[in-house]
Amino acid sequence: METQPNVTEAVVSTGGKVVEIKHLKKSFNDRVVLKDVSLDLHDRENLAILGRSGSGKSVLIKCMVGLLKADSGDIHVLDYNVSSLTAAKLNELRLQVGFSFQGSALYDSMSVRQNLEFPLKRNLGIYDSAQLEELVITALKDVGLERTIDQRPDELSGGMKKRIGIARTLILKPKIMLYDEPTSGLDPQTSEEINELILQVRDRYNTASIIITHDVSCARQVSDRVIALIDGESKLEGTFEELKATNDSNLSHFFNY
Amino acid sequence: MTLTKTLINVSDIYRFIIEFFKRAFSPPYEGREIVNQCFSIGNKSLFLVTFTSFLAGIVFTKQSQPSLASFGAESWLPSLVSQAVVRSLGPLITGLICAGKLGSNMGAELGSMKVTEQIDAMEVSGTRPFSYLVVTRVVASTLMLPILVVYSDGVALFGSFLMVNSFSDSGFLLYINEVSTSIALIDIFSSMVKAALFGFAIGTISCYSGYNSSNGTIGVGKAANTAVVVSMTFIFIIDLIMLQFLNLIR
Repeated sequence: METQPNVTEAVVSTGGKVVEIKHLKKSFNDRVVLKDVSLDLHDRENLAILGRSGSGKSVLIKCMVGLLKADSGDIHVLDYNVSSLTAAKLNELRLQVGFSFQGSALYDSMSVRQNLEFPLKRNLGIYDSAQLEELVITALKDVGLERTIDQRPDELSGGMKKRIGIARTLILKPKIMLYDEPTSGLDPQTSEEINELILQVRDRYNTASIIITHDVSCARQVSDRVIALIDGESKLEGTFEELKATNDSNLSHFFNY
Repeated sequence: MTLTKTLINVSDIYRFIIEFFKRAFSPPYEGREIVNQCFSIGNKSLFLVTFTSFLAGIVFTKQSQPSLASFGAESWLPSLVSQAVVRSLGPLITGLICAGKLGSNMGAELGSMKVTEQIDAMEVSGTRPFSYLVVTRVVASTLMLPILVVYSDGVALFGSFLMVNSFSDSGFLLYINEVSTSIALIDIFSSMVKAALFGFAIGTISCYSGYNSSNGTIGVGKAANTAVVVSMTFIFIIDLIMLQFLNLIR
């Protein structure tokens, strides 16, 4: 259980740490979800966090952006100590971290255009229609969906919603991307497209990313490094192949599917 | 257990109201969205307020006429109706209609945004959802209710006039003259203050129940239900308190 293969330096990008989490604990009433999670994320690195449903993966990234408050432990994101941030500083941090939700979380009362314009108007105070149009079109082109600009979320497929959700976070040019189950509920081909997109985002936007997933093929395709979250603890760490080679009983159900 | 839960809810609502005042009076101000919400509230409620106020004016006049006629005091009908409408009926009808229409709308809309993580998405993109979603709705309902009440009073009095006219052939100018002499400025002012309090209660309670909903679609239904039931209850409580207060100063 204590086996923790070290990260292969050649695979992980050489940039500095952009996220550092130490001994994070989080519980809801009597239910302990995260017992002891420690991890770090390097610049331009794609880190996949692999774990079963209900293992606290989403809770972990929600703690990172202050959506949930950790019970104890340190969370440093881009040199901000998340546990002790004021509301203004937390907002400052959030503008640099993109969060792609499991269910896309598109604003269903707005069109795709309005969804993408919303953070630009609210955060950057951009109201010039030509500038808004240019930024929205660019973000939509990056996810290959510029034709959907005037559609509403309920007219889009699950995969399209995921892409638009990613475009909405990319429009603010984040330094870190957090993907919560990016391929859940999608067919294999669309999942493949989303995985490709995650890699393209890293290359085009120079982002570091944490990808929360229970989809082994997603972890294999997009990750530089994988951390397995088991029983609320970050127990195994390494490249995908290293983790696969450990034959750890906790991960066998993932790799022998 | 129920008492503990109630106390927790009360303290949560108290914190919610404090948060509202903090955000409402600190920049950035959401003027544009408040105007949108005001338009939306007016637009959503106008037909129902018109319809119910008109009917209330007719029904109240028709029901009061025989009693007054038996005392030979039929000429007091405009005076009686106008005081009843402006002091009580108008605000109460508008408040209850808005509690049903706007309360369920706000509770369900915010509740559905909460359970589909749209509010979280706003939060993590730094767009201050509380100011955008809650402050704007509460301010808009507080501002729009008095306007709707004045409109509702006018429509109810018009309905009443049609009824009076059918009994006595009295002209519109005479009716207006009777009405204006029987209503004091304080009646109109207090009715608007009461309406503003109704609007604040509807906005706060509905936004609170929607913004804090959980448990998926069941939670959304519960939020809408709580918004309507609690808002209506508070409308009667505020009405009673305002009545006592006005009796003291009149």
